[in-house]
Amino acid sequence: MSSTPRTLRRGRPELYSDYAADQAIWNTPTKRWATLLVVLAAATLPWFLNRDLMGLATLVAVYAISGIGLNLVSGYAGQISLGHALFMGIGAYTSALLGGSPSGDIRGFELDLLIWLPMAGLVPAVIGWLIAPIAARVRGLYLAILTLGLLFVGEHVFKEAKWLTGGSGLGRKPADPTILGFELYARRTVLGTELEAIGVFYLFTLFLLIVLALLARNVARSRHGRAFSAVRDRDIAAEVMGVPLLRTKRLAFTLSSFYAGIGGALLIIVLGFTTPERWNLLLSVDFLAVVLIGGAATITGPIIGAGFVVLMPRVIETFAGSLPFVSSTVGGSGILNVFQLQRLLFGAMIILFLVLEPRGLFGVYIRIRNYFKAWPFSY
Amino acid sequence: MEVLLPSLVRGLGIGSTYALLAVSFVVIYRATEVVNFAQPALMILGAYFTSFFVIVVGLPFPVGVVVAMITMAAVGALTERVAMRPLVGQPVFSAAMVTVGVLIVLTMVANRLIGPDILTVGDPWGLERVEIGSVSIFQVDLAKMVIALGAIAVVGVVLKRSRIGLAMRATSLDQETALAQGVNVGRMFSLAWALSAALAALAGMLIGTGAGGVEATTALVALKALPVIILGGIDSIQGAVIAGLFVGVAESLTRSYQPEYAPWLGTSFDVVVPYLILIVSLMVRPYGLFGTPEVQRV
Repeated sequence: MSSTPRTLRRGRPELYSDYAADQAIWNTPTKRWATLLVVLAAATLPWFLNRDLMGLATLVAVYAISGIGLNLVSGYAGQISLGHALFMGIGAYTSALLGGSPSGDIRGFELDLLIWLPMAGLVPAVIGWLIAPIAARVRGLYLAILTLGLLFVGEHVFKEAKWLTGGSGLGRKPADPTILGFELYARRTVLGTELEAIGVFYLFTLFLLIVLALLARNVARSRHGRAFSAVRDRDIAAEVMGVPLLRTKRLAFTLSSFYAGIGGALLIIVLGFTTPERWNLLLSVDFLAVVLIGGAATITGPIIGAGFVVLMPRVIETFAGSLPFVSSTVGGSGILNVFQLQRLLFGAMIILFLVLEPRGLFGVYIRIRNYFKAWPFSY
Repeated sequence: MEVLLPSLVRGLGIGSTYALLAVSFVVIYRATEVVNFAQPALMILGAYFTSFFVIVVGLPFPVGVVVAMITMAAVGALTERVAMRPLVGQPVFSAAMVTVGVLIVLTMVANRLIGPDILTVGDPWGLERVEIGSVSIFQVDLAKMVIALGAIAVVGVVLKRSRIGLAMRATSLDQETALAQGVNVGRMFSLAWALSAALAALAGMLIGTGAGGVEATTALVALKALPVIILGGIDSIQGAVIAGLFVGVAESLTRSYQPEYAPWLGTSFDVVVPYLILIVSLMVRPYGLFGTPEVQRV
């Protein structure tokens, strides 16, 4: 940006005179201001919302972190993984083992967050790195089926490792989010207002989301990110051009597993408890929905998608009372209950987005933006 | 022997159900090159309709089964028309993800219809046994084998001999050329889904026979057909039968012997055996025993 004189740039937001300016993350002033506003708005939420809504907001941030991870491997590199929940589970149990407290047969080492949080990312990353050569042997839907198989095997291991997970149907508590003696999940007075415990933890999660999203965005526009896209679009052509297939897929899997692990560790802290059954196919499908509804091969997409997937059930629950054919309790009268309506619309949304707008909510945003960019002309 | 033989028969019984489910996957894959992840929901709805027509309406069992299959064929064709047809020509990944969406929607419909109950399908076999020599085996396992393998044989003959079967094979070989030869490709897609849903319904009925009933969560059993189609080859009916029986027997033998000989593998280890077979088979022979290796053109 710096090489173009300010007077020339005025009124010409897309005038670039060097490649770096064109490829910058915030390559227009509007993007810079919009991002700043969104981050500021997100950071002030704990001062306005109650505990219940802050729990949802934190969940959105956690889903966004894991969703970005899945988007790296499935959206950018085109390797469809149904095993995302498995890596989230591995991260969650790594954190719970290192940072949780022991009870009965369940082990826990009560270490600091500075140790368990990086490990919650690194252990799944290493396992992803080890599995990647196996996964690189198969393509397309075969890979989806392979990762599905890994998911079921992983669920069995989780159920059996009672010292780690508490066993089937029983579960265990998560790690203690304390960083150098400073508790991140406790009521604190910040700027004259006493925040809820979840509000404080939300701020930490939001910080992690921003750091990890920036990291992913930078990977995506680097040499490796371009290699991901090349492998996705035509793997043989990519190989011919000198993109090492195995190394590229391996990097995608490793990074994705890292994000999944961090997301899993944070997820069980928000939920407060986890059973081995949580890390199943349905959770993987949730994250595929985050990617598909948000927008594949974007970083903003999964963040929007996470908001959609987490908040939609709540919105339905709120408005279901005014719909005559929906009962608010399980087993109540009415054609459907709230839970069934939620899942039904969730499935319908996946179908509708794939059929009508494959670029997801991010694509909807692009359409709106382009309309106003060209206004009053149609293109 | 008194453990081995009943275990083998049980394995063959459940294996032929897996084979039937696998064939229902293969039929859709051959027509549209999509792995249909919605198959578990079609299966469970089929079981529900069988139970509905036999127990609630009171039709005789064989009639009820056929009516349920026809109902599910209609549901399958409708699903194809509404959800899958707009995606013709789109990447296979998108179509496969749409089937995941269909799975969620139809599972919820089944969940609503079945509720918290455990359904019985009103089959005539129940817990009856037959004595063969010194061993007594469940009639229902024999029934599963006869019905599943019989249905697969009928499908195989129809695909091989009839005019419609020829058109379906032409469609799966090359859609554009088939279209140029006057085959109504869209109708073939609908037909494939209808046939597949009917087979899934039959499989759902077989899952619900004998001691086991059908709950809304039984649907995931259908995913065990995935190891079967991978091992047998994703486009091979013959492979589906052999691999189905193999996976069923492997699972059944594990259930009989693993608690005694390898208890460290944990409880209900037999449930994951098919998935281990899946992983190994993808490592060693990604296109399965009888599948067509994928040819990549640059």
